[in-house]
Formats: sequence, structure tokens, C-alpha cells
Amino acid sequence: MGDTAASPAPAPDAVILAVENLEKRYGPGCESCLALTGPDHSTNVCPRCGSVTALRLISFDLREGEILGVVGESGSGKSTLVQCIYFDLDATGGRMRFDGQNDAADVTRLPRIEKRRLRGRLMGMVYQNPMRGLRLDITSGANVAEKLLEAEVFHFSRIRGRAQSLLDRTEIPASYIDWPPRTLSGGMQQRIQIAKALANNPPLLLLDEVTSGLDVSVQARVLDLIRELQREMGISMIVVSHDMGVIRLLADRTLVMKNGGIVEQGLTDQILEDPQHPYTQLLVHSTL
Amino acid sequence: MTPADLLPASGPRRFNFAFLNEGAKREVRRALLKAVALPGHQVPFASPELPIARGWGTGGLQVTMSLIGPADVLKIIDQGCDGSVNAVNLRKLLVATTGVRTTSDSREATILQSRHRLPEIPLAAHQLAVLQVPLPEPLRLVEPSEVETRRMHSEADYARMWVSLYEDVVQNGAISLAAGYPCRVHGTYIMSPSPLPRWDLPLLDGAEHLTLLGAGREKRVYAVPPYTSVKPLEFEDLPFTVEDFGSAVCARCGSSGTFLDELYDEKTGAAFRVCSDSGFCDLVRAGVVPPKRKTAPAGRLAHG
Amino acid sequence: MMIRCEGLSKHFLMHIREGTRIEAFRDVSFQLAPGEFLGIGGPSGAGKSSLLKCLYRTYLPSRGNVWYEDANGRTCNVATADEHEVLRLRRQEIGYISQFFPVIPRVSALDTIANSMVARGFPREAGLQRARELLERLAIPRALWQMSPSTFSGGEKQRINIIHGVIAQPRLLFLDEPTASLDSRSASEAISLIRELKSQGTAMIGVFHDMNVLRSLSDAVLMLERAAPAKDEH
Repeated sequence: MGDTAASPAPAPDAVILAVENLEKRYGPGCESCLALTGPDHSTNVCPRCGSVTALRLISFDLREGEILGVVGESGSGKSTLVQCIYFDLDATGGRMRFDGQNDAADVTRLPRIEKRRLRGRLMGMVYQNPMRGLRLDITSGANVAEKLLEAEVFHFSRIRGRAQSLLDRTEIPASYIDWPPRTLSGGMQQRIQIAKALANNPPLLLLDEVTSGLDVSVQARVLDLIRELQREMGISMIVVSHDMGVIRLLADRTLVMKNGGIVEQGLTDQILEDPQHPYTQLLVHSTL
Repeated sequence: MTPADLLPASGPRRFNFAFLNEGAKREVRRALLKAVALPGHQVPFASPELPIARGWGTGGLQVTMSLIGPADVLKIIDQGCDGSVNAVNLRKLLVATTGVRTTSDSREATILQSRHRLPEIPLAAHQLAVLQVPLPEPLRLVEPSEVETRRMHSEADYARMWVSLYEDVVQNGAISLAAGYPCRVHGTYIMSPSPLPRWDLPLLDGAEHLTLLGAGREKRVYAVPPYTSVKPLEFEDLPFTVEDFGSAVCARCGSSGTFLDELYDEKTGAAFRVCSDSGFCDLVRAGVVPPKRKTAPAGRLAHG
Repeated sequence: MMIRCEGLSKHFLMHIREGTRIEAFRDVSFQLAPGEFLGIGGPSGAGKSSLLKCLYRTYLPSRGNVWYEDANGRTCNVATADEHEVLRLRRQEIGYISQFFPVIPRVSALDTIANSMVARGFPREAGLQRARELLERLAIPRALWQMSPSTFSGGEKQRINIIHGVIAQPRLLFLDEPTASLDSRSASEAISLIRELKSQGTAMIGVFHDMNVLRSLSDAVLMLERAAPAKDEH
């Protein structure tokens, strides 16, 4: 093609998270589990041993500043995936490498204290149900403080200041910093979760169906906030949703999951407008 | 009827020395060795029946019983005072089953068993402090489940403890815990220093002597070895402070730098202060040691 | 040569319709230099939009290559390139103006447009400045600038869309009926914007329903024929 001298390739964005063959199995497992379950067999349950393979052979990269969408129906394993990444669940196989680590760690072997450290330093998580991500009976400020204290920030005014600025950034009225989230609306609870998840400036934010169950206008506000934060902070995200509209709005690339496996991954607009895999076509064309 | 009445004046004794049989003592000592090896970590132990009900100092009692020998000199205090009812009962039981010498002068004791205070004169390296603990688990404040608090200790997952301190500051302007203030031992475990007032915590930090803590109802022992750091939890910008008695002095000995109890004159109703450490107060009144003067506030105090 | 397309073909395999094969277009080849405009013409259903989408990688080409030379002089095949590379090119060099503007509620028109420049590395102030100029030029009332385009009329939305596409001066721009919903005055203003961009060196590939406009803009026109009726293949 052109004979202009090529300048060196721009450095590829740093890989924030590399996942290799992540697996989550419930039950003893047997040699037939992988062969007899998965998207092609439309089941997670092994007919031989009855074990449930909730995640199988999950591999993908997440680059700096990227938003990765994960779609699938119930039982696809999409929530299990982020819970394994966040160490809420213990994966039974596979490796994960976070930005800054030299080697991909065998996640089944990491001691819990190491998992907690990685999690506190590198990740924030927002759950569909605020009860999982927040302590509803301590104040909103205390919820954000908890993350900072986990990261061993033991300076009261710094904690207080950071909690105030994060809650302000997530549009929670200043006086609510000393109110427990139990007393606040669903949309506000989600925004407090976001504030908490961002407390330590993690490079990776995980969002598990964060707007499901919210009123549409409330949803718009939360999604908008997520977009702005992403633009301001360049934070990488994994967004799990069954709602194609949310994925279209937020995600650059998308994984499509079924029965614990990834059936297709690609640019979000390509997945939505030119789906290749039969299941993806079914999902996309079923969307109202 | 006292335990002493059950012992024949002469002839074979019907109780083992210090009441516990040797097997029971060995069990406690094994647990104590483990506790000393893991500063601040609570070690469970198997506890036999005792002639004193749980909740009345049996934890400290079993530690003392397992370690005391005929040559030991024993001092037992409760709220700083040798003469309080519980201290008296415990002392009687131990004397009846060991015959050891007792003292109210903390400098003479080889074993000091206490609830709620440490002596004003710091213990020396050869002395042993045995503290009675009602609730050994400092995290119970934030977590009712034992399984969960054990996990929290094992993973150094103390954030929720800190969160309760944060909330305390938000509500009260400062950490308002008075006694049993959580401390980080040897930079690792968080422990409850038994119901010691804040005043006494600087005495634990880097002390020359061994401190053993026993909780009889919960059946746990833990330890602070000599020269081990004991740091009350504090925010960097809100340093830990001890009680401040203002310009009050002890009405009996004139010390201004001791931990003072407030009492009321029965007839006039007027309030007055006396040293909580009655043994120390007695020594000052006898002219044996000088009264303790108040120096700079907070942290370690100079010892007069 | 900025972009060279070789033997590009696209068909869809509809698994949910028992494997029906639908052909969009077949064997398209062309090349384009900076500042050149390639018009795509043909009857409706001939695959004009599909061609643009294949070039932008919204559709996955079934066959053929799309060689693109980027600002650093490196060449890649957009049809098969790594997704992150495609995202980078879309963010920094390649633009797309369609008929439908994806409106993001709550973001003002001004911010939506300025962000297009910020994403390409320009400082925010410069982005806002240029946004104001273009909003003025395409006659969007000032009162609307701070409002979200979700409340605008179809024509207003489309003008925002066009400004959003041209403001950061992409090296390559795809246009899919950009003036379809505009009145003639707005349309001609938009077209003059497009011409300016072209004269500044942007290469363009565009579909216009109005053949006169298409011919007046284009340096070359590629005519697509309607694909042969789909044969059911099982």
C-alpha cells in the first residue's frame, strides 16, 4: 500500500485484566463435564455426574479505558463471571492477570488475604441489589469510608473529605452523608454504591445489572453518571446487563454468554446489528 | 463456710495445689504458650468446673492457678482496690489452696491479678500481670457471629471495626469508647485490653513484663509478650488521648497524676477524688513513695 | 491512498430463519485519496448502507479487504483488524454520520458535540468554541445549546448529528443520507460544511438520495445493483 515511512505503532492500551479459561463448577466434576455441557448442549448440568458448570473456558482481555459489555439471559453465567472476578465467588479453574502483575495468577490458589488486597486496590463493584453492596444500617459516608479504611487510609478528615466529594460527584445531597442508605431511594442507593466502589480510584469497575429494577428516569440518571465518570476518570468497566439498550449506550465491546460460555464477542454495534452466532441473533431479534 | 474450712488443718490435702489438677493446669499453660507466640490472638482452652461462677473472674483465676508456685507473692485487685469484694473472694480461694504470701504493695508482687486497672507503679520484667476479661472479642461490637469474627481476625479484615470508630467520631466528635478500647498488638491482631481504662493502655505498650488475659466464660486466653507494641486504634489526625482529671488531686495522698475515682461524702454529699490504685495511695500516705504529679497530657506519663 | 477496498462482499446468514442467506452486495472495489469523495448510488435495497457499515466494521464483511492507512502511515485491514484497533480508529480518525442520531439523555447539545473533539485529544475549551461556531452556522437557536437533543425536532437532531461528525475533522468520513431529514436551507448549509471538510483533506464516502447533490459532491460514483433474489439455502 502506501510507501510513506511507517512511524512506530502507537502503544496498545494497557491490559487491565486478562482472563484465561476461567471456570466455575459446582459439584465434583468429571471428564465429561466440559464436553457434555455448554452453549451447544443448551445446558449447564453434566448428564454424567450432575455437576453444574456455571462458567466454562472464559477468556478475554480488558484494556485501559474500555467498557466491556456482557449480555445473556438468566443462567448464562454473566453474574457469576463478575462475581468470580471480584472474588465474591471462588473460581474453580483458570487464571487472571491484573494490570501491574507480571504473571497470570492461578486464581484457585490465591490466599483469601491476597484476594482481598487485590480487590481493594484494583476493583470496585456495584450490585443490582444495593443490599449486597452497601451496609444499609450505617451512614452513607461510613459506607464510602469502609472502602478507604480497607485500603488503610486512617486519616479521619481525609476520609471524610473523600466521602463528601464522592457523594457530591454522584449527586447525593450533602446532608445525606450521615444518613443510612436504608432511608433513601433505590436510585440514590445505586449512586451511593457507585461512590463507594470508586473510593480507592480502582482501575476496574464492575457493574452487575445496576439499573435493573429502577424507574426509567432514574436509570437514565445512573447511566449518565457512569458515562461521565468513565470519561473523566478513564476507568475500565465490565457492564453486565440483559438490557441491550444499556449495553449499546455504555459498551465499546460486548461478550455474549450462554450456558456458561462465550458464544460471541465483538464490537458492540457489530454484535447488535450484524450478530453472527445463532443465539446472538435470537437475543438481538427478540429485543423489543 | 469457706473453702479453707474444707481443708483439714493437717494431714493430706484434699485439693491439688492451686485447686486445678495438673492436667488442667497443663492445658491452660499450653494455651498460654500459644497465646504468647501469637500476640493478641485469642486461644481457646478447655476449662474444668470451678468453685467460683463464670463471670466473676474465672478466666484470670485459671491463668493464675496454672502458673502460681509456692514462692510467688500474690496481689489481687478489682477496680484498683485490694479490698473490693470480688478481689477478696478470689484471694481467699487462692490462699486457701496455695498458702502463698499476699501483698497490697504492687512492687512486692510476683503475680498481679486484676480486673479494670493496672498499678500506677509500672510492673517490672520479673512480674506477671493477669487480667480478667469479660468479653475477649473486640469485634463483637460490629459482628455478632463468632465464625465471622474469627474469619475477620484471620484475614486482618478490620475495616468494620474502623467504620464504627468513624461513626463514633462523626456523632461525638471523637472516639468515645471509655474502657476496653481496641488495640492493635504487635501490628497484627486487634485485641480488647479487658476493661482497662484508656489511662492504663500506654502502660501496656512496650512493657517490660508479660501480660496474660483470661476470659473464663468465653474460655479464651490471650497475651501481650514483653516489649510488644500495643497501639490503641486511632485516626492519624485524631490521636488517642487518656482521661483528664483536670486539677483534681487525691484527697488521701495528694497525687495529681494518678487515675482518680470519684466518691461522695456520706454525710455532706460532697464529691472528692481518691486514687483508684489503693495500694499505691497507701504507700504514698506511709511516706514510702512520693505522690505522683501530673505532667504533660495524653500518652505515656512520667512516673514519679 | 487512504483507503482501498478489494472485492468486498457481504451476505447475512439468518439462523433464526432456518439459515436464510441474504446477500447485501457483492464484489465492491475502489480506492480513495485524501480529499476525495466517493458517492455510492443505486436503487433502494442495493446495499448502500450495508457497504458503509462494512467499511466501518459495524457489519463484518463476508469476503474481501478494506485497507486503510492511518495518520501514522500504518496500514491495516479494517475487515479483519483487532477490535481495539478499530475502536481506536473510530475514536481518532474515522467518522460516521448516519440518518439516526443516538441521543444520550441529559447531555447538552453543546457537550455532546464538544466531546467529539475532546475524544480526539483536543482541549475542552477549543471543543466548546468550535461547537458554538458550528451550532451558529447550522442555525441551532442558542436557547437550545444547553438542552439535551432528546427534546429536539428531527431536523435539529440531525444537524447536531452532522456537526458532531465533522467537528473534529476526521481523516475519513462515512455519510449515510445525512441531509435526508433537513429542510433545503439547512441541507445546503450542511453540504457546504461537508465541502469545506473535503477541501481540508478529509476523504469521504457518502450516500445521498438526491442524485444531483451526490454528483456535485463526488469525484467518483459507485453504482450498486440490487443483489439477486436470495436463494433459500439449508
